[in-house]
Amino acid sequence: MRNLSASETAYRRLRQQAEAKLAPLKDKPLIWIGTATCGKAAGAIEVREAFKEELAKKGVEARVLEAGCMGHCYAEPLAVIAKPGFPAICYGKVDEGLVKRLVDDFLLHDDPCYEFALVALETNDFFPTFSDFPRGVYEEKIILEDCGFIDPEDIDHYIARDGYVALAEVLGTKTPQQVLAEIKAANLRGRGGAGFPAGVKWEAVAVQTEKTRYVICNADEGDPGAFMDRSILESNPHLVLEGMLICAYAVAAQRGYLYIRSEYPQAIRRVRTALEQARQRGLLGSSILGGNFNFDLGIFAGAGAFVCGEGTALVNSMEGKLGLPEHRPPRLSTAGLRGKPTVLNNVKTFAYVPLILRRGADWFKQTGTPGSPGTAVFAMAGKVANPGLAEVPMGTTLRQLIFEVGQGLAGGKQFKAVQIGGPSGGCLPEAALDLPIDFDSLQEAGAIMGSGGVVVLDEDDCMVRIAHYFLKFTQHESCGKCTFCRLGTKQMLDILGAITRGEGTLADLETLRELAEDVKAGSLCNLGGTAPNPVLTTLKYFYDEYRAHIEGKCCPALMCPDLIAYYIEPLKCSKLCSACVGSCPVEAVYTREDGLKAIDQEKCVKCDNCLKACPVEYNAVVKLSPPSLLQEKEGRGR
Amino acid sequence: MNKVKLFIDGRELLAPAGEKLLWVALENDIYIPHLCAIREEQRPSACCRLCFVEVEGRKRPVTSCTLPVREKMMVKTRTPAVDRLVRTAFELLLSDHRLNCGKCPKNRACALQRIARERGLKLKPGRFKALGREFPPIDESTGAFAFDRSRCVLCGQCVHADQQVVKVGAIGFSRRGLDRCVSTFTGVKLADSPCTRCLLCVEACPVGALYPL
Repeated sequence: MRNLSASETAYRRLRQQAEAKLAPLKDKPLIWIGTATCGKAAGAIEVREAFKEELAKKGVEARVLEAGCMGHCYAEPLAVIAKPGFPAICYGKVDEGLVKRLVDDFLLHDDPCYEFALVALETNDFFPTFSDFPRGVYEEKIILEDCGFIDPEDIDHYIARDGYVALAEVLGTKTPQQVLAEIKAANLRGRGGAGFPAGVKWEAVAVQTEKTRYVICNADEGDPGAFMDRSILESNPHLVLEGMLICAYAVAAQRGYLYIRSEYPQAIRRVRTALEQARQRGLLGSSILGGNFNFDLGIFAGAGAFVCGEGTALVNSMEGKLGLPEHRPPRLSTAGLRGKPTVLNNVKTFAYVPLILRRGADWFKQTGTPGSPGTAVFAMAGKVANPGLAEVPMGTTLRQLIFEVGQGLAGGKQFKAVQIGGPSGGCLPEAALDLPIDFDSLQEAGAIMGSGGVVVLDEDDCMVRIAHYFLKFTQHESCGKCTFCRLGTKQMLDILGAITRGEGTLADLETLRELAEDVKAGSLCNLGGTAPNPVLTTLKYFYDEYRAHIEGKCCPALMCPDLIAYYIEPLKCSKLCSACVGSCPVEAVYTREDGLKAIDQEKCVKCDNCLKACPVEYNAVVKLSPPSLLQEKEGRGR
Repeated sequence: MNKVKLFIDGRELLAPAGEKLLWVALENDIYIPHLCAIREEQRPSACCRLCFVEVEGRKRPVTSCTLPVREKMMVKTRTPAVDRLVRTAFELLLSDHRLNCGKCPKNRACALQRIARERGLKLKPGRFKALGREFPPIDESTGAFAFDRSRCVLCGQCVHADQQVVKVGAIGFSRRGLDRCVSTFTGVKLADSPCTRCLLCVEACPVGALYPL
């Protein structure tokens, strides 16, 4: 065995301390509660308190610890119970009643209540593990591996799981050039969306003559429905810090920042705790692990502009200027923060770095496709049955992602489209489902990997409205600096709005397409450059739906309020029920002379309440599009 | 200084290396539409998106105000792709610009009119609807000049004159998106701002947003 370097020896001491501290955890039952923001929103704090109360009441000896997010949003709040003698078992949708059962039956009486269990975390003879479910077969967790299974507020949990071992080895045995070579060999591509090779970016900074350099982590995750970065920072912040430290060593930076949006207060809190603990352990600050490498990190809380996720705008906002993008070049690698060479990478990109150095570039390249090695993390939302955070190898098809990992569509509905890459991405139809997901294939189809938001749409979603929804977001978030984005997105939005109201013309569609292409080609930054993608892809793949809105004044998905009318089928309606009448906020629903119900179209505000209120045994309320169908129906009904 | 040889629309030109293409073209009487370009700015704002040209070896049109000239650069100022972008940007600007040129103090001296003339464009929003936004009333509080926001194209020439040339800081950009505008700090009247009535901003304005009284 080779002799350990000084930093590795220093690390070994930290490791021994951590292991010694965590060893007693195995003696008593351990209850993990997932308290990332998603868990908290679902009631994790109440669950935590319920456990504590119940344990005290019953006099059961057990520890309650908080972990981050496992990515199974559909089953939040989640609790994992690790009781000596049993496999660790995860329970979903935990409430106070279940807490009582678990404490009583499992902790006191050794019945693990399998009927409530979601999954076992260790292989056993009684209950399936993740790998026994389709999701587990397709998922391959690399950067999410420890998320949800360690205490993000205790650095020793991370250290005990090989945390910072890569940093110690890098500092003790590798030159910056070797680190760069490893990252380049791994072909790690930036996970912020564009897929630019991280190694090339780092090298561009490393070769600069200017010696003051910065490393910035972009955690200004702003896509609606995307929460990968937040989840990682809340669940395993040290993984990202270690990645940044290694990057800083490779490019000889002295100072770095995590640019975290203020909307993520818990991520900011947990990262702050992580920074303090890393400093205490000598893993951050001066003379890291006893050597001569100095690097410190700070947090910059973004004030909430979507465009500040764009590199030049991010730097401007950090410098106290308006968060507006600039023309590139110069790139950040030559003139970034305060005019100095700067590496800016996404949270996920940094999270891969320690793992690549721990296990090697060849290991990394075993997963994924040759052009896009590694995994992709997706935040699945929308009409999918099991929304959540999933990490799958690059090259997994959209079909596998949605129908295996996400378990298909909720409520047995028909799949219509998937919006991938957030408001900068595109809507892809059924025909694109067998597309292997990687940076290049998505671009060819008109979408982008983006930061990994996946919104699944079903038959009830109107594609024109979806395009309008995403464009409204980017139009609202446009900084207003350049003509195409400021006025182009506004004009596009107005045209889309007119189409959803049945006021569009076929000529408008041509204008819309031309304008979308021009905004894409002519905008100053990538916000404007990608904002038209939802419009262009829906025009490409769902042109008929646009035409129906224009030519038939009809919304095939029955979603556009101006193109639908609510109608109560007299043959289905019951005289005995008046649920719809009570549900109407504007007294548009009334009881006819014959006791059946009808809707006064003049008063109706199309709130959908009556349709929801009508009992399933009648299903008498229907939506009609175009509204002119009413005359036909009413003629027959009378 | 090092000179480079380049070709714009087939004309062979000599220009100082590193100079931005827009200025080289303008100096040689080759017109390229532009509103926001300021020669002294180290980092051009490149926000008006009008000065597109095509350069051999590049897939898409590029803004000439940001492009340093290189040896043997082959530039075309008029191609279908360039004309299309310029027309769209121009029409977009006009869709948010009060258009009664006859009554505008900048009539016949307006940069927008020049662009229309040079590129055969109509002084109309064309395919787009005029946004018809409400703007604050014209600010004539200084008595020396007027500021009409409904004619502002957000080029930033006045802000540059105020902040970089005379270093007064009476005006700047504020708000975001469609609401982005040139204004005084907190939006007070110009008379209540540090404005020194030097009129450099008025001179810099390429359109009829700032004009002497």
